[in-house]
This record gives sequence, structure tokens and C-alpha cells, in this order.
Amino acid sequence: MEIFQIIGLALVATIIALLLKSHRPEMALQISLVTGIIIFLVILGKITAVVDLLNSYAERVNIDMVYINTLLKIVGIAYIAEFGAEVCRDAGEGAIASKVELAGKVIIVVMAVPIITSLLDLIISVMP
Amino acid sequence: MNIDLIFRIAAIGILVSVLNALLNKSGREEQAMMTTLAGLVVVLMMIVKEIANLFDTVKTLFQF
Repeated sequence: MEIFQIIGLALVATIIALLLKSHRPEMALQISLVTGIIIFLVILGKITAVVDLLNSYAERVNIDMVYINTLLKIVGIAYIAEFGAEVCRDAGEGAIASKVELAGKVIIVVMAVPIITSLLDLIISVMP
Repeated sequence: MNIDLIFRIAAIGILVSVLNALLNKSGREEQAMMTTLAGLVVVLMMIVKEIANLFDTVKTLFQF
């Protein structure tokens, strides 16, 4: 099971980061950053499976692919923004972290605009 | 996955901090600073490669 490997790796990396925090705080941050990336790459296979499943169901129910693509992009942006914000907050830079989150939210809203407009058009057309 | 990357960075970090303490004790502060910067640059080069790898993966995964 991958979960045991991931937890073992995370604990070892946390201990190493703590060891380095007192002498070289920037190295500790870099270790936590690399651990985050490695853990994401380990669970990548499962995420790909979920994304493929979502795509296949969308095609079967013949939902327009634009919505699914935008949805996936929004999930990707949310994940990366959260990843960056947490790393910044871990380093003690709360201000930078909140700016990163703000940027993520703005980009997501901008991407969601076409979906919202099509939804509104649908509602208007249904209205008597 | 390249888990040994973590241990390589840890080894560099420990080496730099030991060297730093050693050089500081022997009175060469500026060389201590240089070794710290060198260690930092080496680790940063590794991490930038890993971050680029992460971003490419996310791009292909979420069909950016």
C-alpha cells in the first residue's frame, strides 16, 4: 500500500527538516518542499485514474468537454495555489501566502466566467 | 520515485552547517558565508528541477 510508504517518507523528512531547522532554516524549508513534490508524484497515478474516469463518464453522458476541461483546470490551479501558499506559510511568510491564495482565487473566478454565463443564458431561456 | 533527493539535500544541509560552524570558529566568517551560499545554490538547482517536473506533471494531468 502506498499510504505506508508516504507516511514513512513524510515522518523521516519531517525529522530531517526539524534537525536542520535550528542551523539552516532555509534547508528545512527546501526539504519540506521536495517532500511535498515527491508525495504528489507518488499519488499521481491515482489522480490520473480519477481524471480519466471523469473524462470517460463525461463523454458517455456527452456533456460538453469545455466544462470538464475548465473544471479540471480549476482543480489544478486550486491545488498549485494551495501548494505554494502552504509552503510560504510554512516559512512564516503569511503575507505572501495570502497573496498567492488571492491570485489563485482571482484566476479561478476568471476561468469560471464562461460557465457562469452559459448557466445564466440557460436559466433565462428556461424562464417564461 | 527519487526519494534519495531528500537525503542528498539533508546531507548537504548538515555539511554546510558543520562547515559554517567550523569556519566561524577559525575566524573566517566570509568563507563561512560563501560555503552557505554555495550549499544553498546547489540545493536550489536540484529543487528547481523538481519543481519544473511538478509543474509539467500538473499541466499534463489537468490538461492546461
